[in-house]
Amino acid sequence: MGEDLDLCECDEEPLAAMWPTDIEDKSNKQFNIEKPGNTEENLLKEFQSQEEKHKLDFMKLAELTDYSDIGSHQLTSLVKQYKFRRANAFRLLQEELDSLSKQRQEIEQRKQDILQEHRFVEKNQISVLDDGYDIWGAPDLERAKKVTFLYKNEIDVGVNMTGEYGTVGYWKGRAVRLERLLEDSLKRENILVQKLQECAKMEEQKLPVEELSSILKRADNFLHFILQNAPIVIAHQDKDLRYRFIYNHFPSLGEEDIIGKTDEEILLGSEGVKEFQDFKREVLENGKAAKREITYATPLFGKKTFLTYVEPVFNKKGEIIGINYMGFEVTDQVPSDSIFRLECFIHASYKFKIIFDFISMQLVKREKLAKYREEMAVQKAKETELSKTIHVTEETMRAKQMLATMSHEIRSPLTGVVGMAEILANTNVDMEQRQLLDVILSSGDLVLQLINDILDFSKVESGVMQLEETKFRPREVVRHVLQTAAASLRKDLILEGHVSEDIPLEVMGDVLRIRQILTNLVSNAVKFTHKGTVGINLRVVSKPNSLQTYTANATENPVTQKCCAETSCSSKVGKETENTGEEIVWLQYEVYDTGIGIPEKAIPTLFKRYMQASADHARKYGGTGLGLAICKQLVELMEGNITVKSKENEGSTFTFMLPCKVPLEQDLSDDPDESPTVSCSGLDPMEGFFLFKPKTFHRPKSPDSSHLKQTSSVDHDKKENGKSRPNHQSSGQVLLVEDNKVNIMVAKSMVEQLGHSVCVVNNGLEAIRAVQQTRFDLILMDVHMPVMDGLQATRLIRSFEENGYWDASVGPTCQSSPASSSLSQECYDETRKRKRTPIIAMTANSFAESASECLDSGMDSYISKPVTVQNLKEILQNFFACNL
Amino acid sequence: MASTQIKAQLNDLLNSMFAMDFLDEQFKQLQMLEDGSCPGFISEVITIFCDDAERILSLITELLSKPVVDFEKVDAYVHQLKGSSSSVGAKRVALVCIKFRNVCQENDKEGCMATLYEIRREFDELNKKFRTMLQLEQQIQALDSKR
Repeated sequence: MGEDLDLCECDEEPLAAMWPTDIEDKSNKQFNIEKPGNTEENLLKEFQSQEEKHKLDFMKLAELTDYSDIGSHQLTSLVKQYKFRRANAFRLLQEELDSLSKQRQEIEQRKQDILQEHRFVEKNQISVLDDGYDIWGAPDLERAKKVTFLYKNEIDVGVNMTGEYGTVGYWKGRAVRLERLLEDSLKRENILVQKLQECAKMEEQKLPVEELSSILKRADNFLHFILQNAPIVIAHQDKDLRYRFIYNHFPSLGEEDIIGKTDEEILLGSEGVKEFQDFKREVLENGKAAKREITYATPLFGKKTFLTYVEPVFNKKGEIIGINYMGFEVTDQVPSDSIFRLECFIHASYKFKIIFDFISMQLVKREKLAKYREEMAVQKAKETELSKTIHVTEETMRAKQMLATMSHEIRSPLTGVVGMAEILANTNVDMEQRQLLDVILSSGDLVLQLINDILDFSKVESGVMQLEETKFRPREVVRHVLQTAAASLRKDLILEGHVSEDIPLEVMGDVLRIRQILTNLVSNAVKFTHKGTVGINLRVVSKPNSLQTYTANATENPVTQKCCAETSCSSKVGKETENTGEEIVWLQYEVYDTGIGIPEKAIPTLFKRYMQASADHARKYGGTGLGLAICKQLVELMEGNITVKSKENEGSTFTFMLPCKVPLEQDLSDDPDESPTVSCSGLDPMEGFFLFKPKTFHRPKSPDSSHLKQTSSVDHDKKENGKSRPNHQSSGQVLLVEDNKVNIMVAKSMVEQLGHSVCVVNNGLEAIRAVQQTRFDLILMDVHMPVMDGLQATRLIRSFEENGYWDASVGPTCQSSPASSSLSQECYDETRKRKRTPIIAMTANSFAESASECLDSGMDSYISKPVTVQNLKEILQNFFACNL
Repeated sequence: MASTQIKAQLNDLLNSMFAMDFLDEQFKQLQMLEDGSCPGFISEVITIFCDDAERILSLITELLSKPVVDFEKVDAYVHQLKGSSSSVGAKRVALVCIKFRNVCQENDKEGCMATLYEIRREFDELNKKFRTMLQLEQQIQALDSKR
């Protein structure tokens, strides 16, 4: 077929402007017109250029028009029309002739009149007139010309003679003018006659066939114009249902493939063909037109639905000689749309003269269609999946949000319960009641702990958790964590801490979270250790080379994972310097114990939430299983990693590494007066070893139980060692909050005189820290202090006591180590529970320190400065009497 | 014998100080504390007080010498001085401190300068007497230990 095309192209006519290029090309390609021998050449050419998609059998068409009923009717009407037009033309010509001859008679009449009037006759003139008459009789162009010539000569003579012969000249001139008028009139008449004759000749020459074909041409143009994009098939089939004529907007078969063949032969019995054939036979038999919707599924053009109209064609005798059918494609919108796109594509291909073998074309079509459908399906599936995922995510988020909200909502009333129980515990209760209260309180604390864990966890998961960067002392942190653990320790365990020498005095980091992690790990260790040691090692390590793999390996097989730090822990290796000039150290915290250990199979899930080593453990040891998950989250949030190694019945070691910035020198030397030093620590700030032994007291008193010195006073030891306390029964731990050195000395000395131990801090913030770390029996609070005054410190301490957590404003401003909320829960000496610590203001009696303001802030009483032993004694006795 | 003489001298000094309102009852609290448990407590407190007062006074002087005076800061220092002076019972210094605070709260630079001068005078006087006192105490101690 492709070879044929080249030949065809040579014969191509220029396109009629009306038709799109592609259609023209296509039509020529698939089109072989049988030459109707008896027609003129130019007629054929006209057909070639304008017949587009018809596949027609001209002989058959002629036959049809001759013999079929519709055909003969059409011819008759054409002939009638022709006759009428001719009669009309004849009538018009006749009328014109009549009017002209009338005019001529009038002119002649006038001429006669003029001649008779003057009785002036000339030979030539007569002859001319005779000749002129002849002209009218037999219109002859040659003669008319001659006459005109003669006249011209005479007129010239006449004009020349005018001057010579006076009156004769006058008449002659007049006659000449008249002649001229007549001549003009004659000329016009002549031309009209000529035109008339030409017209008549042409009319006579036109044949009926010509007329017919021109009408057909017009009808054809009209049809093409309308049908050029319509999905319509028009065809005529004979009695045997063989195609004799077909018009198809999207032909995919050559003419020779269709004409003379039946649907069955063309479509090879595809689905729908038989139905259509039966339908057509039905129409043939019944002789009545009918409509039906038929769906084809053929390899040629896929699945298409057509609304078909079939009408029988009769011959003049009324016998059926075939059918006309018309199919209108009404395939469903989506596929037909896709087909339309495909068609566009195919059209484009034609434009670029790409020859498509129609089979491959169909393949492409079908593939495209299949692909399109597939894409549709995939996209739909994707959309469903996506909406599902979105739905699930939203659900999860909502659930988490609800969990957080619920936790918060549970906490508020719970604090009420616990608080009331505490107040009750402070009243006079007998042993049994106290035991019951202890259960209430410890259970309440457990629930609070759980809720705090959940809140922390959801905070980290939802990305709300913000890390604070504050300056802190790692040694202090380790010491405080151990001290806190020791405070609540009720087992025969040794708590120890080792901090290597190269640890900087101060580093930057989120001390709250680091404390939380350490406390979690230590309390875990204590929980699972029945004898022996729990300890913390802190050292500087080199930056792990590949943190990711390290973590991954560690979680996969943490038992075999050796702490890289242990081998690489030489003094300064861990330090590195960033571009900013800030030094980064990697601190490795190790929390080890000699406890029951972790079974190897439990390790991989150890850091997962709500996971515990086993159900047995959960039953035996309790806990939520959130602790380690939170630790891991926090460590990873701080860009560190956490690992564990353990051996059953020998102990476990949790190791985590965190990067910490070392503050610059100028940061260190802030203001020596204001730099926070809890003077009650009384320790060398660079001390690296801490040891806390369990107190065998029935009621251990928190930090008292350690060997820590409680005051900074140089002569405190002296006094403590050298002098027995006068009132041992009523002795208590007093926190003195005062910024004035002299006042401190005096007040401390007085309180000690009264037989109490004193811890001194220099401002409100330090007071809060001290309260977080230690339980005091009484607080002596100066009002006017730098950093944080006594009133605010009191308010915060009271708020903590009531709510069980520290006001958010405390955390970030703390430079050292205020405990986190969940941590603070654990700070309590179990035996003492939380109770309202008496706070006594020391006022200077100035207007800024009014007593009522102190009481409003939550202070219990006040003494005016300067304090005297007597004042203090009274106050202390008051409060110790009811508390101890 | 010498010891008792010196003790009498010390007593006279203290009495005159009390009489002249250099010291008040608060100082007796310190004496009580020393007698009770802490030998050398008074000398320690006084030394700290004097060093602290000296430091505060020089800080205030520095603040007041600036073209723009930060009265709040001055007030805070005076408050400190007042606190410590009343703690040791340095009555006259404490009283001038109260006066100073009033002047300071009116942002009266001239008044501050004048009061600072007053405090300085009072403190120097007290300091002199304290030193004498401490010297006498040392002598007593030295004699006591010899005995």
